[in-house]
Amino acid sequence: MAILVYAESQNGKFKKSSYEAVSYGRALADESNQNLVVISINSEEPKVLANYGPDKVLSIKDASLINFTAQNFANAISEYAKKEEASILVLSSTADSKYFVPLLAVKLDAGLASNVVSSPISISPLVVKRSCFTNKAFNNTTLKGSTNIICVLSNSFGVHEKQSQPEIIEVNTSAYNDNKVKVKSVDKVIGTVSIADADIVVSGGRGLKGPENWHLIEGLASTLGAATACSKPVSDMGWRPHTEHVGQTGKPVASNLYIAIGISGAIQHLAGINASKVKVVINNDSEAPFFKVADYGIIGDAFDVVPKLTEKLKAFKSQ
Amino acid sequence: MNVLVCISNVPDTTSKINFIDNDKLFDTNGVQFIINPNDEFGLTRAIWLQQKDQAIVTVVTVGDISCEPILRKCLAIGANKAVRIDYNALDGFAVAEQLKSLCEKESYDLIICGRESIDYNGGMVGGMLAQMLGFSYITNCISIDLNGNEVEAKREIDGGIETLSSSLPIVIGAQKGLVEESDLIIPNMRGIMQARQKPLDVLASVNSSVKSSVDQFEKPPVKGSVKLVDPENIDELISLLHNEAKVI
Ligand SMILES: Cc1cc2nc3c(=O)[nH]c(=O)nc-3n(C[C@H](O)[C@H](O)[C@H](O)COP(=O)(O)OP(=O)(O)OC[C@H]3O[C@@H](n4cnc5c(N)ncnc54)[C@H](O)[C@@H]3O)c2cc1C
Repeated sequence: MAILVYAESQNGKFKKSSYEAVSYGRALADESNQNLVVISINSEEPKVLANYGPDKVLSIKDASLINFTAQNFANAISEYAKKEEASILVLSSTADSKYFVPLLAVKLDAGLASNVVSSPISISPLVVKRSCFTNKAFNNTTLKGSTNIICVLSNSFGVHEKQSQPEIIEVNTSAYNDNKVKVKSVDKVIGTVSIADADIVVSGGRGLKGPENWHLIEGLASTLGAATACSKPVSDMGWRPHTEHVGQTGKPVASNLYIAIGISGAIQHLAGINASKVKVVINNDSEAPFFKVADYGIIGDAFDVVPKLTEKLKAFKSQ
Repeated sequence: MNVLVCISNVPDTTSKINFIDNDKLFDTNGVQFIINPNDEFGLTRAIWLQQKDQAIVTVVTVGDISCEPILRKCLAIGANKAVRIDYNALDGFAVAEQLKSLCEKESYDLIICGRESIDYNGGMVGGMLAQMLGFSYITNCISIDLNGNEVEAKREIDGGIETLSSSLPIVIGAQKGLVEESDLIIPNMRGIMQARQKPLDVLASVNSSVKSSVDQFEKPPVKGSVKLVDPENIDELISLLHNEAKVI
């Protein structure tokens, strides 16, 4: 029996959320006295994983898995989960993982809990705490499969370094050729940080008055290395692309820092961003509901505050 | 063409979330239930297929009798028929197994689920159903075009959009973008009257394997009050974020 973590990578580099998943797996392996096996797929740097405590790394190199397709990834991971006799699988809650994990759960006949926010409350039975009602509440879920899968919400458990000397086994296969769904093209905004991967998200609302003012958001975001996001009306009006819409009906945000500028803080907006650790609001209306949930706030005009903040941060960063 | 839209009955987005029975049960008192928003985008897309290609649109929900008003609403929006599988939906895996039993009896070419429900946010039923049936699966779906059996779909990915090709039968996970909010159909009087005549079948549940249970709820801790920083003293904000919150 083993704890098996899938460490997701993009263009050969691990995502930060993968280190969090491995850290989670390590804690779980210690508590349940099992080995920690980590799978990587087409990673160029499997050795890096040794910083987070695995006992064994399976580094899969497979040309058929260079492009992500849910079915092939589910097929590959289920095959190795069976080989390693995994009792619990740990994945991060990235968009790709969320896509293939239901397929994987059926293949392994496994229990599945997504959006898990802390280490298990109990190992036997396996009880985890997960976020529900779009971050308005948590629930304790008991997983009852003979195999179970946990998807860890980003930035909830944290990355914990722990050196180990894992056996690194390179597996060369080219076995996954399900083509029920084929990728024809990918249209990605290059060079910007995606909301899902971002440590910091800078988000703008209707208070910014129009798309021509978005340089304020973009300037602050690029100074911080942050992703840009927006409230729903902003994307509905076409000021910003739909992919930036966050909230209950948009993308979920679980960043370390969320900066809301000219956003009132409607319940549907807050539901989607509440999993963020630290929230900052900049709004000229002291009555805006966002102030009730924020950690830090500035009551002021965004057109005045944001350029100053960006300048000061630039100076701070260059120190 | 036969289209199945899977509908989840969820609390309205503005609902205050409370729990009763020592935090073991969701308090439905005073809560209005709605069609899960992601499912409603999917339903609207299905109705377009009905209008354009004469598709037969069936809506299904897995749940008790309290879910029926939502199914009637779907019929008023335009679905041809509704099915309720009488089962207390507690676990995504079990729900997918219930839906699978329906799909094996009928033959659906296109099955639309919401990307996720806004109550349990599991995001698993569509994918599980696809795998159980051996169908193709595309989630976070923001457009779908059908040409005979061929499917071209777009899906939102982190930081962009992916274009995919596939074929029927397929399960998709719907979200905003598949149709716009302004496209959502508000039932009119005629629709509401017609809905009363349309079939709403209740099916007994099949045996399914429950793989999880929700035992206890908890609300997030009450937030301490916000620390306000003077707009003339932005250095203080930077220092707080760096030294206190340690996020920059
Ligand atoms: C079913 C449903 C689902 C929804 N889902 C979502 C969702 O997923 N995400 C989402 O965001 N919304 C969602 N909404 C919409 C939500 O209810 C709000 O309407 C929306 O979040 C408001 O966006 P906003 O804060 O940008 O705009 P507004 O509410 O108009 O707020 C603008 C804010 O900007 C401030 N402001 C104005 N000028 C300035 C200035 N110069 N400097 C600083 N501040 C200024 C104002 O004081 C105000 O607080 C949903 C609604 C429904 C009904």
